[in-house]
Amino acid sequence: MKAFTFEISPVVIIPGTNCDTDQIIPGRFLKSDRAQGYGQFLFHDIRRDSTGVLDPSFPLNKVGADKATVLLVEENFGCGSSREGAVYALADHGIRALIGPSFGDIFYNNALKNGLVPVKLPVQICQALAEHLTRFPEAEVRVDLEAEEIILPGNLGTHIIHIDAFARDCIIRGLDEIEMTFTFMEQIIEFEKQRMSSHPWLDR
Amino acid sequence: MAQNNQARTLLAKIWDQHEILRHPSGPSLLYIDRDMIHEGSFHAFADLKARGLKPRRPKQIFGVADHYVPTTGRKPSDAASPAIARMIETFDTNMQWGGVRHFGLSDKRQGIVHVVAPEQGITLPGLMIVCSDSHTSTQGALGAIAFGIGQSENAHVLATQTLWQLRPKTMRVTIDGALAHGVTAKDVMLALIAKIGAAGAGGHAIEFAGRVVQNLSIEGRLTLCNMSIEAAARFGMVAPDEITFAYIRGRPFAPHASEWDQAVMQWRELVSDEAAVFDREVALDGAEIAPMVTWGTSPEDALPIDAVVPDPASYTNPERRKAAEKALDYMGLKPGMALDGLKLDKVFIGSCTNSRIEDLRAAASLIKGQKAKIPAVVVPGSTQVKEQAEAEGLARLFKDAGFEWRESGCSMCAAINGDVIGSGERCASTSNRNFVGRQGPGARTHLVSPPMAAAAAITGMLTDIRRIGGATV
Repeated sequence: MKAFTFEISPVVIIPGTNCDTDQIIPGRFLKSDRAQGYGQFLFHDIRRDSTGVLDPSFPLNKVGADKATVLLVEENFGCGSSREGAVYALADHGIRALIGPSFGDIFYNNALKNGLVPVKLPVQICQALAEHLTRFPEAEVRVDLEAEEIILPGNLGTHIIHIDAFARDCIIRGLDEIEMTFTFMEQIIEFEKQRMSSHPWLDR
Repeated sequence: MAQNNQARTLLAKIWDQHEILRHPSGPSLLYIDRDMIHEGSFHAFADLKARGLKPRRPKQIFGVADHYVPTTGRKPSDAASPAIARMIETFDTNMQWGGVRHFGLSDKRQGIVHVVAPEQGITLPGLMIVCSDSHTSTQGALGAIAFGIGQSENAHVLATQTLWQLRPKTMRVTIDGALAHGVTAKDVMLALIAKIGAAGAGGHAIEFAGRVVQNLSIEGRLTLCNMSIEAAARFGMVAPDEITFAYIRGRPFAPHASEWDQAVMQWRELVSDEAAVFDREVALDGAEIAPMVTWGTSPEDALPIDAVVPDPASYTNPERRKAAEKALDYMGLKPGMALDGLKLDKVFIGSCTNSRIEDLRAAASLIKGQKAKIPAVVVPGSTQVKEQAEAEGLARLFKDAGFEWRESGCSMCAAINGDVIGSGERCASTSNRNFVGRQGPGARTHLVSPPMAAAAAITGMLTDIRRIGGATV
């Protein structure tokens, strides 16, 4: 996992509540090897017209949008299918952080495992940020995971990033979770022995 | 860890039984009893191989081919494209490499993973179950904690048989009263999601309770828990009871007869204590729920079948208004149009939401010797459901009415095996998601119950089944 300490970036607004993972990456691309890069599939069907040509009105296709590594999204972003391909597509496109009022739970966990930082902010602040960005499209935010804060442009202030300390620590250090869990293997095995003796039917 | 002296919810009881330790910074390291895997797991297997690891507890992992399987035949070469066939073959290869028991394309136990797991007795009360599929929530219907994970988490489970998780908040959804004739568990869920919203249960796990739930069969409860994810719940669950125990008894991976009493004794403890406090309470009156249908592109866009398409201008929330305008444009609908009588192009009966034997019986009961006016496809949830439906004569009823009778799989719900709805086509579907493009680019999905879908096939339009009668649900 790519470590994340802080990120300073302009912000692209992705409009729409309940933006599901089918919109982030349509199912037909999920057969692809990760090695070929998932960035090309990001928002594939809503970013293009039916002939596959990029729609110039889609926010990510506008001039200057390629400089942004942070997206502002609406409520329940990443709901629906558990496909981690949605996070691969965002990460491979170069997105490092998302700002929104709420995220789909599985998507949220998938993001954390891939060093993509989902920042939950109250809906009023997200709306104020959207209004500010409409007037000042080049305005930047600073997402600082070490300081646990996000600095918004204009007079929108500094806000705490609420990410549980465990996940935050993993991302800042680029820690491998499987390796870390292996350090608890003695306790796992002990627990497992008891579980199998009281539930022998699990072990056949 | 466990707080045995306090009143606890069902969720807390199962969670505490699986908590190996709690990290000082918050999350629990949970023991995972069962990991169900499907073809999408190739990322997790690539991760394991890159690390030089193998599945640590292969006996607790079960593979089922469902997402990419052809529904027109049972050979990889029946797949819609060589790339799709490769997904099925890669899955078999990975399962063999990992020493994982799996129900491949030609196995009699094959089917949609969330139909197969309860059917085989893999899903049991009190278990901690994961699967890299959001509809894993289905399996909570037997009184388990069952939730969807991504492939990074899947690799973690395969390597360690554990997972780091934060305990979700609890929401109890109590459905009292009695369902009216023709109203199913599917309608209950669409009514609930319309009420609380597609983000309504975010951060929460739902426990379903109340008279309606107690009276539902396991099939119905599976449908309830299945769609809890569409309300953004982490998972759904129903406390196990006599109906649950009777369903499980004798299934292949269930406790043996000699262990049965011991198991049931453990399971009887799995109820929320009377004094247990939930973070949120939601109540629905079962008697007020009508057969439901979605008109938009989110499961929350659901209305009773006798309603009309809403006017976006009537929404006070500007975001809701914008979303509704976009949805109506995509769906090719205008405000004020009656839902009952809306012309359709296709009907799909299937998916982990509604493809079990009871769903097929309910759908078949609407046919009564009539013919489908539009192309209609039935995809049983598992090969066993298919065989049972054939033995009961349901398959004959469907086929005689002109419905296509297919092999089991996810088919037109995930729409990644080649079974798709064409662009601009309108489909009544018993699946769970009416998202833009979900059933194929440009496809227009109306979510309905199995009897509503069957009636729609017979009339060629969305149809209020209360008007035509005859449903035995």
